[in-house]
Amino acid sequence: MNLAAGTNETLAHTSNVLIYSAMAVYLLAFFASILEWIFGSRSKVGRTAQAVGTTRTEAAAPAVAVRKGGSTAVLERPEVVTRAASGSRDVPDGPGAAGGSEKGDIWGRISVSFIVLAFLIHAGGVLSRALSVRRAPWGNMYEFSITFSAVAVAVFLGLMLAKKNVRWLTLPLTLTVLLDLGLATTVLYTASDQLVPALHSYWLWIHVSTAIFCGAAFYVAAVATILYLFRDHYEAKIAAGGTPGKFAQSVLSRLPAAASLDKFSYRINAAIFPLWTFTIIAGAIWAGDAWGRYWGWDPKETWSFITWVAYAMYLHARATAGWKGRKAAYLALLAFACWLFNYYGVNIFVTGKHSYAGV
Amino acid sequence: MSTTSHDTDPQAPAPPESDLDAAGAQLSTAPVEQAVPGSFGGMRKPGPLGYLAWLGREVTGWVRWMWRQLTSMRVALILLFLLSLGAVPGSLIPQQGTDELKVAEFRQNHDTLAQVYEKLGLFHVYSSVWFSAIYILLFVSLIGCIVPRTWQFVGQLRGRPPRAPRRLDRLPAYATWRTEASPEQVRDWARGALRRRRFRTDTYAAESGGAVVTAEKGYLREAGNLVFHVALIVMLVAFASGSLLKYEGGKLIVEGDGFANTKTQYDDFKSGSLFTDDDLDRFSFTLDRFTGTYETSGPQRGTPRVYRADVTYQKGADGAERHKAIEPNHPLVVDGTKVFLNGHGYAPQFTVRDGKGKVVYRGAVPMLPQDGMGTATGVVKVADGYTNAKGKREQLGFEARFLPTIDRTTMTSSFPGLQYPVLALNAWHGDLGIDGGVPQNVYQLDTAKMKQFKTADGKIFAKQLMPGETMKLPNGAGSVTFEKDVKEWASFQISHQPGGGLALGGAIAAILGLAGSLFIQRRRVWARATRGADGVTVVEFAGLGRSESAKVPEELAALVDAVHAKAPGVAATERDEPAPDAEVPGDELAPDAEVAGGEPAPDAETAPVPGQKNPKAPKSPKDPKAPKDPAPSPRTPADPAPSHASHSDETGTDSPADAEGAQK
Ligand code: HEM
Repeated sequence: MNLAAGTNETLAHTSNVLIYSAMAVYLLAFFASILEWIFGSRSKVGRTAQAVGTTRTEAAAPAVAVRKGGSTAVLERPEVVTRAASGSRDVPDGPGAAGGSEKGDIWGRISVSFIVLAFLIHAGGVLSRALSVRRAPWGNMYEFSITFSAVAVAVFLGLMLAKKNVRWLTLPLTLTVLLDLGLATTVLYTASDQLVPALHSYWLWIHVSTAIFCGAAFYVAAVATILYLFRDHYEAKIAAGGTPGKFAQSVLSRLPAAASLDKFSYRINAAIFPLWTFTIIAGAIWAGDAWGRYWGWDPKETWSFITWVAYAMYLHARATAGWKGRKAAYLALLAFACWLFNYYGVNIFVTGKHSYAGV
Repeated sequence: MSTTSHDTDPQAPAPPESDLDAAGAQLSTAPVEQAVPGSFGGMRKPGPLGYLAWLGREVTGWVRWMWRQLTSMRVALILLFLLSLGAVPGSLIPQQGTDELKVAEFRQNHDTLAQVYEKLGLFHVYSSVWFSAIYILLFVSLIGCIVPRTWQFVGQLRGRPPRAPRRLDRLPAYATWRTEASPEQVRDWARGALRRRRFRTDTYAAESGGAVVTAEKGYLREAGNLVFHVALIVMLVAFASGSLLKYEGGKLIVEGDGFANTKTQYDDFKSGSLFTDDDLDRFSFTLDRFTGTYETSGPQRGTPRVYRADVTYQKGADGAERHKAIEPNHPLVVDGTKVFLNGHGYAPQFTVRDGKGKVVYRGAVPMLPQDGMGTATGVVKVADGYTNAKGKREQLGFEARFLPTIDRTTMTSSFPGLQYPVLALNAWHGDLGIDGGVPQNVYQLDTAKMKQFKTADGKIFAKQLMPGETMKLPNGAGSVTFEKDVKEWASFQISHQPGGGLALGGAIAAILGLAGSLFIQRRRVWARATRGADGVTVVEFAGLGRSESAKVPEELAALVDAVHAKAPGVAATERDEPAPDAEVPGDELAPDAEVAGGEPAPDAETAPVPGQKNPKAPKSPKDPKAPKDPAPSPRTPADPAPSHASHSDETGTDSPADAEGAQK
């Protein structure tokens, strides 16, 4: 709250340069990722994978996971045999964008390396922005956007580090990060500045940082949900004896199985939902301190609530007969759409107490 | 060996799905969708009594049916959907209670639409009948859902984990081996291993001889889920009681003035329906000074940077005086009441004199801001003590426009700080209309019975003053001085909302319960040890989670390892040796084949051994009679397990091999 602590112009400038540089590197990652898909489509293994998708003559990845313990006394330890729950399609995951092609795989690795590099630059941009204003870098929509995409990439890299099968995310991820940063630097740009007094609170750190993190994770889950819908359609078609279009065949056969995508997005949504609940409650506590009421149905509060109820609906749907699978997936997308509207729509079209977005 | 062969075997009886269903039953207490019944009355006996009895059955039947519907998951889903949908209009249409001004504006601009909105309660969505109906139904549904689920859960806690299904190999995770340890030893080891992993366990004797351990873990998931839903109710109750008992109001105070917390001192006051005046916390405070600073340059010039109200407050009637700086996010808290700073502005000081120079009015008058740069308007009313040049009693009114930093081209303020303050005045005389007893807005001048001062040439008399300047009214009607020292005012929202603690407790419980409900896996493990026909013990382990999870097989593997270390597998006889290896690929293929519609591999594996009359015989456990067979014959082993175990498949597909095992 020290007025003298104005904004540091040099740092602010550095931040802008870093953000633009990061965009350039993300663009390279995006192209590398496209090359991965292209080479993958030409590869033999890729084609075989497609064939497996249809006829399954090859010994596709065993649906029976076999676990072998180290050998002790006389015999090997017993194996644990797993089987899919009855009624679910038992389809193996696709081979990934590279489709087993070596060239494709190299491009895929290059893409990931570029993403790592871009992320470091991007994070530097966010950090220098924070230093230039000497506060958390989320005081307006520009800052919120650049932080949001940085966190989305961090979530992706975190999943990669945890050895999860998520490389299929590179293409949609780089594309949306570019879109987000593009919007941020053009439409939403705000010169770095101090905060209005109502934002001087440590709740800003807690509430907004968790909100950004939730959004980024929900975003990753939403991408998986969309891919699930496509892949599920594809698998259903094959199961019904149909032949999907060539493009769908080539692209979708390389994605993880619908069941895996579904599980992936569910896990993220379910893990993030309690945090989102916390975010809203933290916001309510802050509102109690700042405005004298915990809950006042301000548009931002209302849409957070709507988003929360929508995700609760999604979780409920998965536990309700007849709503699993595609219907639940549509609800998950609806819930994410609510989140997006809360972020862009409410800031831009609706005025309320939260209108400090600097747009 | 896979189970596929059974599925494709036309002779095999239908798999005992109901048995498996039972194994997975009650892993959650979620209500199961029931079929919709038709009429409940049944047979109607003749005569009025018969009719009455029928009617009674019909009515209770329908009521129970509706209650079951209301508390079903499907309706909960629909109500949640309606709740989110119903919340939308309130965010797009101006709401009473949040933004009265906008509501009034909307009403003016959209005449017919406003009437429709009014009828639908769209100007106060969150207290409208239909919105309340949705959430009340939802919460009735919630209570109707929680109560039976809680009983069910208590029942589960007091009961024992369910018994093992006959066909353990059909469960999502399965392992088997043969050992020389006795079934009782295996049972005890398995139970020990499960207990060490904090499973709840139970044992019983298998129907076919031998022992079974049944175990379950992860009850906290259900508990968490129930806690979460109960916490939702607690939060609702907290909000409801809070809004019944709450009070809040606003007060505008000029520097130097004070406030005591009594109802009459508020500018506006709202309270819940259970509030009484005794609920007002006793305290008072004085605004010593207000400080506002603003960005002085750059594109955000004029944005506020610091707001601070320094106050001196006193608890009770004669408590000690204390100082406190109230800032945004830092309210003054006295007992249960919070005082928030929610607005500020300028209060220029006026001195009004009559024609003879007698002071008829002196005071600071708050100006209400009209824009973000501090352009403000206000009214000075001189009600008493003024006599005009002709010696007649009159009242004076001044319309003031205050610009903290004037921009002469637009006549608005260009900066909210006091850089170049100017006060523009219009003067009126006549009857203010305040004596009729009708309460009047202090910020508006009712000019119905007033005349504007005019200059000698008939123009409207208006002046701009700098601090310290005096404006002489025409024709010796007196003067107005804009005093040098411009005071500031601050407005405060004073609110008392009980139930906050309860709501917070509910919120914390909700998050914890939710985390338990979403992160904890509820799962079951069964271990069965039976003596095979050859005298060797066949051990089977199977695991079942509520949803498919990688954890269940992993955990089962660890359990199997622990027990296997104590009950090592029996080396297969030389003659059997090749068999398991040969069958491993088949095992891997099997489930795939199931999907693909019966691939050759498994069938090849089960290819009838020449001369064997009934190759399917070992799978006969599906035949309900088989397991009851107390003395398993070599051709129909009581236990199905070996037939599907990779290490002991020999017993499964090939009875002669089994017999050989027995010889060992
Ligand atoms: C007030 C609105 C409600 C909200 C916000 C809400 C929220 C949730 C959430 C977030 C879950 C996910 C936890 C999980 O998957 O384990 C859940 C689960 C559940 N809810 Fe609700 N719920 C509400 C009302 C209801 C009602 C009215 C019912 C009963 C009809 C109900 C029954 C259940 C059940 C049975 C589960 C557990 C499902 C399972 O075992 O997976 N809920 N609820």
